[in-house]
Amino acid sequence: MVGYPESLTDPSYYGQILVQTYPLIGNYAVSSHKITNNFGIPLHFESDRIQVTGYCISELQKNPSHWAQEETLDEWLKKEKVPGIYGIDTRELTKKLRIKGVMLGILNIAEEIDMQEIESKTNSIEDPNTRNLVKTVSVDKVVEYNSGNSPKVVLIDCGVKFGILRELLARNVDVIRVPYDFSAEKILSYNPAGIVVSNGPGDPKMCVKTIETVRGFLETDIPLMGICLGNQILGLAAGGDTYKLKFGHRAQNHPCMDLQTKNVYITTQNHGYTIKPESLENTNFVVSHINVNDKTVEGIRHKSKPVFGVQWHPEGPGPLESGFLFDNFIRGIKNVVQ
Amino acid sequence: MSCNETIKKVLLLGSGAIKIGEAGEFDYAGAQAIKALREEGIKVILVNPNIATIQSDKKFVDEVYFVPLTSEFLEKVIEKERPDGILLSFGGQTALNAGMELYEKGILEKYNVEVLGTGIFAIETCDNRDEFRKLMVKNDIPIPKSKKANSIDEALEAAKEIGYPVMIRVAYTLGGQGSGVAYNFKELTEIAARGLAYSRINQILIEEYVGKWKEIEYEVMRDSADNCTIVCNMENWDPMGVHTGESIVVAPSQTLTNREYHELRMLSFKVIRALGIVGESNIQFAVHPDKEEYRVIEVNSRLSRSSALASKATGYPIAYIAAKLAAGYTLPELVNKVTGVTTACFEPALDYITIKIPRWDFQKFKNVSRRIGTQMKSVGEVMAIGRTFEETIQKAVRMLDIGKELTDVDDIRPDLEKIRYELEFPTDKRIFYVVKALQVGMAIDEIHMLSGIDEWFLYKIKNIVGFENKLRNSELLPNLLKEAKQLGFSDKKIGKLVGKSEDEIRRLRKSFGIIPVAKQIDTLAAEWPAVTNYLYLTYHGNADDIDFQRKNKIIVLGSGCYRIGSSVEFDWCCVNMAWALKDKGVGEVIMINYNPETVSTDYDILDKLYFEELTLERVLDIAEKENVDGVVVSVGGQIPNNVALKLVDNGIKILGTSAENIDRSEDRAKFSAILDELKIPQPIWSRLENLENAKRFAQEIGYPVLIRPSYVLSGSAMQVVNDEHELENYLKVAADVSREHPVVISKFFIESREVEVDAVSDGENVFIGAILEHAEEAGVHSGDATISIPTITISEDVKTKIRDYTRKIAKELRIKGPFNIQYLVKNGNVYVIECNLRASRSMPFVSKTVGVNLMGLAANVFLGSKVDDSEAVPTRWAVKSPQFSFMRLEGADPVTSVDMASTGEVACFGKDFNEAFLKSLIASGFKLPKKTILLSTGPMKTKMYLLESVMKLVEIGFELYATEGTAKFLESNGIKTTILHWPLDGKEPNASTFISGGKIDLVINIPKSYEEEEITNDHLIRRKAVEFGVPIITNAELVKILAGALEKPISLGI
Repeated sequence: MVGYPESLTDPSYYGQILVQTYPLIGNYAVSSHKITNNFGIPLHFESDRIQVTGYCISELQKNPSHWAQEETLDEWLKKEKVPGIYGIDTRELTKKLRIKGVMLGILNIAEEIDMQEIESKTNSIEDPNTRNLVKTVSVDKVVEYNSGNSPKVVLIDCGVKFGILRELLARNVDVIRVPYDFSAEKILSYNPAGIVVSNGPGDPKMCVKTIETVRGFLETDIPLMGICLGNQILGLAAGGDTYKLKFGHRAQNHPCMDLQTKNVYITTQNHGYTIKPESLENTNFVVSHINVNDKTVEGIRHKSKPVFGVQWHPEGPGPLESGFLFDNFIRGIKNVVQ
Repeated sequence: MSCNETIKKVLLLGSGAIKIGEAGEFDYAGAQAIKALREEGIKVILVNPNIATIQSDKKFVDEVYFVPLTSEFLEKVIEKERPDGILLSFGGQTALNAGMELYEKGILEKYNVEVLGTGIFAIETCDNRDEFRKLMVKNDIPIPKSKKANSIDEALEAAKEIGYPVMIRVAYTLGGQGSGVAYNFKELTEIAARGLAYSRINQILIEEYVGKWKEIEYEVMRDSADNCTIVCNMENWDPMGVHTGESIVVAPSQTLTNREYHELRMLSFKVIRALGIVGESNIQFAVHPDKEEYRVIEVNSRLSRSSALASKATGYPIAYIAAKLAAGYTLPELVNKVTGVTTACFEPALDYITIKIPRWDFQKFKNVSRRIGTQMKSVGEVMAIGRTFEETIQKAVRMLDIGKELTDVDDIRPDLEKIRYELEFPTDKRIFYVVKALQVGMAIDEIHMLSGIDEWFLYKIKNIVGFENKLRNSELLPNLLKEAKQLGFSDKKIGKLVGKSEDEIRRLRKSFGIIPVAKQIDTLAAEWPAVTNYLYLTYHGNADDIDFQRKNKIIVLGSGCYRIGSSVEFDWCCVNMAWALKDKGVGEVIMINYNPETVSTDYDILDKLYFEELTLERVLDIAEKENVDGVVVSVGGQIPNNVALKLVDNGIKILGTSAENIDRSEDRAKFSAILDELKIPQPIWSRLENLENAKRFAQEIGYPVLIRPSYVLSGSAMQVVNDEHELENYLKVAADVSREHPVVISKFFIESREVEVDAVSDGENVFIGAILEHAEEAGVHSGDATISIPTITISEDVKTKIRDYTRKIAKELRIKGPFNIQYLVKNGNVYVIECNLRASRSMPFVSKTVGVNLMGLAANVFLGSKVDDSEAVPTRWAVKSPQFSFMRLEGADPVTSVDMASTGEVACFGKDFNEAFLKSLIASGFKLPKKTILLSTGPMKTKMYLLESVMKLVEIGFELYATEGTAKFLESNGIKTTILHWPLDGKEPNASTFISGGKIDLVINIPKSYEEEEITNDHLIRRKAVEFGVPIITNAELVKILAGALEKPISLGI
């Protein structure tokens, strides 16, 4: 219902056509990129460009209203040359996607749709999941965010959302954002107090190099936090396995339970893959959180080290109550430093 | 944690009568709580004198007490039942107040009764401004800045600190007297001086002014393990300054960004945690329209009207879950009943929009101010669901049933000055002024500046207004017609715009294949498969969400929006009818209704719920889609009744009495002819064609005469006139009441008794549920009357006549189903005054009093069975009393007449009339007088009439005060009173100051109909009493009954 600018700029959606279930989209337009935190990171976006390949909604709002608006949704999509379609019964489409799973799609507008023509095109669509999507959305060189005299955190960028950067920086750490395939040696050369493996698009098993790098870190005592794709990478590095969910999780209302405290958090989710719980049996990791609805793995943690991952997005956009996970991570850093 | 095993029996407090601010939503909330607890094997004892509720049905709850919600009665119930726990959150402010009284008097402790769910601390804190502020500040939660000031200097100092504009509130005055907004030093000086003078303690509050900030609400759940979730948020179309009960409200919010939405969400958690709520809570925020700034304005620590709305808007059963949480469960342990597999610990995702509009009934009150603001005045509400704002708002306006659609604003003159004023200082008509402003070309930003309504909403209305112009000048091609339907235009309205009939448009659009689709409310925006049958229709869709199976299907048409004259009693009738049909084997019972306050719109009460309009168009859409076997039109009051004949014209079968016979009863001339043929007397009447004929006719039959339009339910515009002058006046006002149905005048009998019969017939046999008698003389609307079962003064001979007439009429009209006949009795003669072939307001009262469910019998008849030709025998006395909401309605004169003014009712039982009457009176909020009574006994005739009663009051030991005329009259009859001067005299001792000073326990004020000044004086006394919560009686017979009832000491049992 809210959060379309964030979703559209979420690198995890790279290469996909995004369908919104809420029918009125664009109500509050698109805010200025100039509204930022102290480090110049925009507050209303997850990256500096639209990441989706196509956009599909029910009703486009042509007369939005908000004090922070800079351009309309339509203007923004046009400017960024991302095709969108409205007037679609997105509920009906969602039901199809729910039953048949995420599928390839074509956006086509015409008075009369020529189904034959469309069908003939279907074979030529490239499945984005067969490409190395992470490579496309990761930074190609190191970016440093200097907050002053603080511990350093290396952020492995598999398609990181601004939200993660904002959360880390708000906690007074220096962030070294490195490309997804940065080697362990190079990372260690920064002498990081902690490492974060970011979210990102696609199948985690495509990130062979990152998995290997993370595996190396597990031998050290450096605190590490994995988010979404980063959680899956952590699981794979630990010796576990991942699989594709029948019903992917994409919403702001998923309940996740901390298995220790039994507390439940409402979370933002955007993932099609997850960790097989039984695959962790002979590793140093345990399942820390599950989804209350389908009981799938939502978080794992190391049995003895300050290393953990969550499948959801504690940085938002959406519910903010699990932001304390960043506090936990920072606390882990400080404990090690002491 | 799971269900608390030590809790075996729970006392649940209801909210009593329907009143402004406490309506049907608490029947719904309580009903859900009862269901949730009984599922756990917990015995539920309910106390609620509102007899028309569904929660108080025997089959619904383990034990029910129809007694006043006061600590005296509640203690007796507790003593007898010995419950382990008590629930206070499900009966509105009434239940909270009653609960607090029990707590403060130590009754809960004495009987070891645990308050379940949200505790005393939260209840106390939310009700105490100072404590609430302290708690918020302590927890770093933003609230409007506020400072006390005892002088102008202090006020100026405070304003400097807070920043202009500031709101000035006066401590300890009623109705916001002396308050105001100051934008600068000069204005503040002026308002502060005035305010300080008004205040009894010479104190004002200087507050940060948040008027015209956005008003946003969050509905929050919290369990005992501290899990919190938001069920939904809502945005008020009317910004801060208009009570949310008076606002158009949209769910979810439309103009908040992701950041704003979630920052408010986290603040909500902070608030609910600080208060320690276990269950549900409603939090109101003011949100700055130009920056990220928020203020917490108010918290409801209990279920509220907003939470009922949120339940219906999302499909999340808030009250049901809140009751489970109170019983000890945590949120993750509970299942989302819509999916059956996912957890209740989640936040619903909506893929539609809902809009609530309040319904006001100002035309029912004399002298009332129509301005809307911080006080709630509306008497009901509607909620519409759609997939665009335009579609939804147009539905919602039609649902109000005020005889117009959103763009029907020809009655507003294009006077810019007036329009601007109305936009800035809203009344119930503001939305129509917005439409008019757009029609005359006022700019969006001007409308926004004046009203504070967000431009987003205004553009939506502009889309509708703009399209209407386009439609006027175009040919109805499929695309255009489809667009019109998608923008929410009805067939009827489209027809009007292009010069065709509703029926022609319907046929045309169906020929184009333009029909709406049925979508589910599934709480998860289709992300999971849902089993729900909670549906709405929209033109924004390709496919229906459900398959329409072929089975025996019956639609029950609901009662629509509550208003004066139609309230929870018709929801009781609808739900009981639906249950009965289901019990008797109907394959699928389908409800259509759109009132979020009702039990009938609880989706799991019935097989299928369409949260939809009750217009002919929509009912046909659904009936055709579902291919139904029949429609029940006779249990939801006047709204469904109005579409009955048109449904038949469209080939839909209605259950019960045939269309032809419905028409014979409703057409006054035909019905009158039938009565003549049956030799049943009726007051002489005539159809009024013009003033001259009317005068001549009235002269002929003699004044007073009753004037009324046909086809009305609540006596709207009905009036008794005493002379030619009044007749002329009335006709000038009522001439445009309804052109289709002309005005009728009939002989009005003074000093006669009014009797009603509630019955069910199968066309031959008639089962009489009860013969009811009004305690007051005829002339008080049956909705405002005090009504008794059995009758009080009616002789057996007269009753025999009444039974005979009732049976004759039922047979003649082949009545199949529930019906109600109203009779006048004078000098042993019985006259028929009205016959309605549908369920009446009093049927729940009758059903529960005699222990026979009239809806059950009616369902039998609808399905082809017979009823016994007999009559129920009451085994106890039952008295129903009206509940008025005059306190909420600034200026309204608290007098009863043929036009209905009460908002609700209660009923209590007793071993004799007096016991039932006194309990019932107390249950309607009346405090029995202890010591002092102020008398103004009206014209000489009533002075005489009441003399004996006044003597009784003296004997009982009351100290009497009287206004001058009454005092003199009483003195000449040997009764000493203390004279109080009229308010306008300004002299002490004055009636006005005695009332406001708390020196009067009861005001008896019988209205007079002469001398302007006396009328004003009377009005002032009555208003004073209402505003200071002093009980008031304005009807002479009631005085007589009360004096009689108090004469001997009486014990009031439970």
